[in-house]
Amino acid sequence: MIPKTLFDKIWDSHVVRSIQGGQDVLYIDRHYIHEVTSPQAFEGIRQRGASVFRPRKTVATADHNIPTINQDQPIQDELSRLQVEKLEENCRESGIEYFGLNDPDNGIVHVIGPELGYTLPGMTIVCGDSHTSTHGAFGTIAFGIGTSEVEMVLASQCIVQSKPKKMRITINGNLQKGVTSKDMILYIISQISSGGATGYFVEYAGSAVESLNMEERMTICNMSIEMGARGGHIAVDLTTYEYLNRIPAVSKRHDFKSLLLKWRALKSDEGAVFDRELQFDAGTIKPMITYGTNPCMGMAVDETIPHSDSVSFIKSLDYMGFRPGMSLKGHPVDYVFLGSCTNGRIEDLRAFAGLIKGRQKVPGITALIVPGSKKVEQQAIEEGLDRILGEAGFELRQPGCSSCLAMNEDKIPAGKYAVSTSNRNFEGRQGPGSRTLLASPLTAAAAAVTGIITDPRDLLND
Amino acid sequence: MIKIKQSDKMPKKKFDILETTCVPLPLENIDTDQIIPARFLNTTSREGFGENLFRDWRYNDSGSTNEGFVLNDPRYKGEVLVAGRNFGCGSSREHAVWAVSDYGFRTVVSSFFADIFRNNALNNGLLPVIVPEDFLNSLLRIVTDDPGTRVRIDLEKQLFSVLPDGEFVKFDIDPYRKECIMKGLDDIDYLLSIKDVIKAYELRNALKYENRDNGHHPEGW
Repeated sequence: MIPKTLFDKIWDSHVVRSIQGGQDVLYIDRHYIHEVTSPQAFEGIRQRGASVFRPRKTVATADHNIPTINQDQPIQDELSRLQVEKLEENCRESGIEYFGLNDPDNGIVHVIGPELGYTLPGMTIVCGDSHTSTHGAFGTIAFGIGTSEVEMVLASQCIVQSKPKKMRITINGNLQKGVTSKDMILYIISQISSGGATGYFVEYAGSAVESLNMEERMTICNMSIEMGARGGHIAVDLTTYEYLNRIPAVSKRHDFKSLLLKWRALKSDEGAVFDRELQFDAGTIKPMITYGTNPCMGMAVDETIPHSDSVSFIKSLDYMGFRPGMSLKGHPVDYVFLGSCTNGRIEDLRAFAGLIKGRQKVPGITALIVPGSKKVEQQAIEEGLDRILGEAGFELRQPGCSSCLAMNEDKIPAGKYAVSTSNRNFEGRQGPGSRTLLASPLTAAAAAVTGIITDPRDLLND
Repeated sequence: MIKIKQSDKMPKKKFDILETTCVPLPLENIDTDQIIPARFLNTTSREGFGENLFRDWRYNDSGSTNEGFVLNDPRYKGEVLVAGRNFGCGSSREHAVWAVSDYGFRTVVSSFFADIFRNNALNNGLLPVIVPEDFLNSLLRIVTDDPGTRVRIDLEKQLFSVLPDGEFVKFDIDPYRKECIMKGLDDIDYLLSIKDVIKAYELRNALKYENRDNGHHPEGW
């Protein structure tokens, strides 16, 4: 038997038919949809006189444009409200399960999928959202698609795709105290560049990856797209089983035991060949921060901004109000955002609360603390994290994508600096003229209680 | 070559030969948030995104026109956008492609494209032409210096040339995608035509993995 990669095992078993020239018709096991990238797809299907082929394989949530306060009231912005109502109507007409606002299971699509047990090992998963790669943490092939492809999946449960090349990124060693999986992925992206993995699907491996919990693994896989990768995944292991075992919808299945046995094959075989292999040492990674307008423009928080003659690089620093050779440590911060499909899970809230406990938010800082889902919000309240946040001057908002892409009112004003746990620092991403510095929940917490960019290790060692 | 049936309800624009001038945008890593900012995605239609293409580069904070931006420079017109490497990175929003097309571009030339943007473009009849980095840099110089420079894209021959008899380059495109874009067809027409094959796959899989979630799972999810 020729050794196979995890990627090949899943891909090959989902090829319905290969088309001459290198495209495959790929069967999709799980399709997630949200209000922003799906309405045109439903409309397209209607215009063709087609219907949703397998409605129960699609799961819907409202997350991108919704407010993160007063969710019990009607959405104020008329266009956003119409978009959410359209999703609800489309789901009702097609028989698709929908988790709307105020549903106890509502939340960001890439947070609720795993926590409700809709994401299972070995699946092919797509969503009209580039951070669908998050689900790769469960040993799946998961990637973002466009609206035409959403229409394809609704109409046929398949899409036409060319098989990407395979890359393995192995990270061995131990992360230092105060260094998180967010720092790990920001470091990897800074080494590979924003287009360095274009055309590839990545498998993350090595002892440093194996030692991460599922939330941390999701953070890593989530940002695969930021280096151009089609997606990224991690082999199934005991950590995966333990997470799934805690989800009643999965562990109470009559076939759970036999599924566990099957999932054991979901790893790359010894000797499997990748098109590209990269290795990193986790021990050398420090808390990271980005200084530019692309996630690959990142450095250790105690480093200085590099020099480059590139027009794009200079334009980027100009936008941020930075110059080459500058240190960001001590630079004033205006906003802190904790949340998003990258860092809006319970582990992230715990990390943030752990650092700010016994300290106070600096008065000049506006903080947006946004849980990734209603379940995360509930869990945070049960653990008393909301009380710790409240005592330190923070307020827990309601779930949604919020300031990650600022489609709702959670915008960072022009010229203001935001330390953000989200995934993109593009120009205007968090609001027109906003300046985003991507970092871990610990670094965000450190900025919130000091008002400046701070190495979280300095506070942890107190 | 595979046979694709066209849906008569949604005819798309066909692409064969295009001769036009170019608009140069020599920046790398142009992300889809620049192409169409998220605040313009609050709509349920595919129309009208062109007016907000590169919104925050085209207009100043005050809403006035940014005269320094190439789309506002009357010298540069045409149906080809020439952009730096890694065009279309970031969000999967197809609205970015709709904006580029709606503005009037039919082709984007770069040394490479983000995967999702490229797929989205092909699904909408917007041709992404991938050229070598050297050729791209030289093309950016030529069209910037002489805005009247005409280029020719021959999709059948997969040839991009600078007219009247300047540099040319052969570009790659998957044969299936090429046929779709030349005939104005799309994947959905094809997928709907192979429903029986898809159902057979589901059945095969349901038998093979009786308990797995691939086929018709009795629980429905």
